[in-house]
Amino acid sequence: MTPTEFLVLTRGPLFDIAVTIFVFGIVLRLFEVLILGRKADLAAARGAEFKPGMATVMRRFVPDREKLQGSPVVTILGYLFHVGFFVCLLLFVPHIELIHSTLGISWPGLPTAMIDAVAVITMLALVGLFINRLNSKLLRFLSTFEDYFLLVVVFLTLFTGYLAFHRIVEPYPTALALHLLSVELMLVIFPFTKLMHTFTAFLGRYYNGAMYGRRGVES
Amino acid sequence: MSKLERIKVVELPAEQNLRPLLHEIGHALRKLADRGEEHVIDLRAMPFGPGDEAALMRFLGEGEASGRVDALGETRIRESRFPGVWLIDHYNEDGGRIALQIEITRMPSILRTPPEELQDSLAGFGLALKERETN
Amino acid sequence: MSDHNTLGEILRERGVSRRGFLKFCTATASMMALPPTMTMAVAEALEKAPRPSVIWLSFQECTGCTESLTRSHAPTIESLIFDHVSLDYHHTLQAASGDAAEAAREEAMHAHHGKYLLVVDGSIPLGDPGFSTIAGISNLDMLKETAEGAAAIIAVGTCAAFGGLPHAAPNPTGAVSVSDIIKDKPIVNVSGCPPIPSVITGVLAHFLTFGGLPELDQYGRPMVFFGQSIHDRCYRRPFYDKGLFAETFDDEGARKGWCLYRLGCKGPMTYNACATMKWNQGTSWPIESGHGCLGCSEPDFWDAGGFYKALSIPTSDLAGAIGTGLGVGAAVGIAAGAMAHKKKTDAEHEREPLTVEQLEGES
Repeated sequence: MTPTEFLVLTRGPLFDIAVTIFVFGIVLRLFEVLILGRKADLAAARGAEFKPGMATVMRRFVPDREKLQGSPVVTILGYLFHVGFFVCLLLFVPHIELIHSTLGISWPGLPTAMIDAVAVITMLALVGLFINRLNSKLLRFLSTFEDYFLLVVVFLTLFTGYLAFHRIVEPYPTALALHLLSVELMLVIFPFTKLMHTFTAFLGRYYNGAMYGRRGVES
Repeated sequence: MSKLERIKVVELPAEQNLRPLLHEIGHALRKLADRGEEHVIDLRAMPFGPGDEAALMRFLGEGEASGRVDALGETRIRESRFPGVWLIDHYNEDGGRIALQIEITRMPSILRTPPEELQDSLAGFGLALKERETN
Repeated sequence: MSDHNTLGEILRERGVSRRGFLKFCTATASMMALPPTMTMAVAEALEKAPRPSVIWLSFQECTGCTESLTRSHAPTIESLIFDHVSLDYHHTLQAASGDAAEAAREEAMHAHHGKYLLVVDGSIPLGDPGFSTIAGISNLDMLKETAEGAAAIIAVGTCAAFGGLPHAAPNPTGAVSVSDIIKDKPIVNVSGCPPIPSVITGVLAHFLTFGGLPELDQYGRPMVFFGQSIHDRCYRRPFYDKGLFAETFDDEGARKGWCLYRLGCKGPMTYNACATMKWNQGTSWPIESGHGCLGCSEPDFWDAGGFYKALSIPTSDLAGAIGTGLGVGAAVGIAAGAMAHKKKTDAEHEREPLTVEQLEGES
């Protein structure tokens, strides 16, 4: 297979398959969670559900002081990684192009030099998180194969993107195809692994906030 | 009027492609002033956009000195408004440009007499003088 | 003309002055994309450069490469170089034809065995030798026979370098590149459809000047010309970095000269010297005239997923994929959710409450 054929394959059929599985899985999991619902609360409501629910979704974006002091490495690197990953994903011009071509929506991107710097920081944060997981007795005890595997998969998407952008792997079609392939791997496993927290985290936060709100507790 | 014609043609801001080059000239000029070090820049290797070359020429302007060499076509030499920065514009016999360079020097190399030609020159001069005196 | 004449001698015989020679070297160094400080080294080498014999073979090609070369940028320089090389066989340019032409090739091959430079344009069909023959000799046989005694081979154009248009799917003639067949000779690929004329002569000049081949990239292309991508050398790059794109060929962005990435420009995957050397005597080049790069100097560029689709955009029906995913996902999700829900309520109904009495009775 020539590099161009490899690229055409990853840009075409493989990408289709990955996106189909991704969307299928996400919708499946979300419906499952939503339909299952929660146990009806028979007590009289003391407060609203919706507003406190949304407030909790937003509030938990702000780092928690206790957590910051308890596990500073995970908190700081975790924030760096998450912000960095979304900056790279959503503000890099070729990514915006991809979204524009499929969903028809578009927004301005960041200068590529800035994306480059953010990508490096994001990758370093991931490496830091990986090392931390190996070093901490508690985390090592709690970690399963999936935890390490997901770190590697997410790192690969960033790393292959970095290689493609800087043309470290030659020729360019191979580099771009490798990047696409790693993204496709992530898309396929996404709904069926902990990566799903991208969506369920917000559901969880909302349920939490709504529950407390209904009971009239400030969350 | 078609849609295309309604849109004004805007000349690109030359700034973005010229800046590095102008800085290179500036650094070279400093080296020439401080240490007498000369420098040549080949403009063929520059990723110029439309208007960049014209903007460069406007920026450099024209200075006091200029010259011309006829060898394998014309070569135009012109000092810019910044003494020590020269534009060397090489053309072939058909008037097509074959090279465009900026030399940061006190004297462009192509204007200096090549040492290889001095012996021939001396011999030729001697011959011509002899001819004149025998007649 | 004697074969022992060096380029310096030939130029002096023609009354070219030292200044003229240096000017020639300046232009040659510029053409070879060498830094101007190399001019003197070029002058020294060219002064002593011997006169090489060149055999040019044309296989499955459109003569575009030869057209490009003969309409090249700096006629004086190219003609000096071509006067200097002994072009012993080129079936489009030579006066001789038929047996006389083939005889010239054979003679050059024998007289300069091991020393001549072989230039090839066009791909070689492996499907059936009859697809392309010259004087009854198949392209494959002629290439093998002529390459045997060559010092080096220059594959000119994307067809000779990578198979090119004839190689495009479904490749009816079984076209392959020179390097697919010849494995034991140094080969320089000068790709492009056609290549930039100065790049062709630049490689020739390099061979003349330094007697060897320039540094090559992983596709066998000279680094000096193919070392950087179109994208990295593009004067419109600042617009890409700022996210300013032309959306159509006649919108405001197109008029203002914004980046053509969205219109399918293959600049990021294409390595060539167009952005600096330009075309038509340095007048312009595709992106400057408002059209994205097609990627013509890359292998398989015909089959790279469409000239007008941005590089990062999937080539297939993504909306369909998303739709399928949504539909099937929702259906299965509802089913799975309903089942789980039923299981949960069933469990609630079937649950037999434990009373305090029962607990006490058990203990």
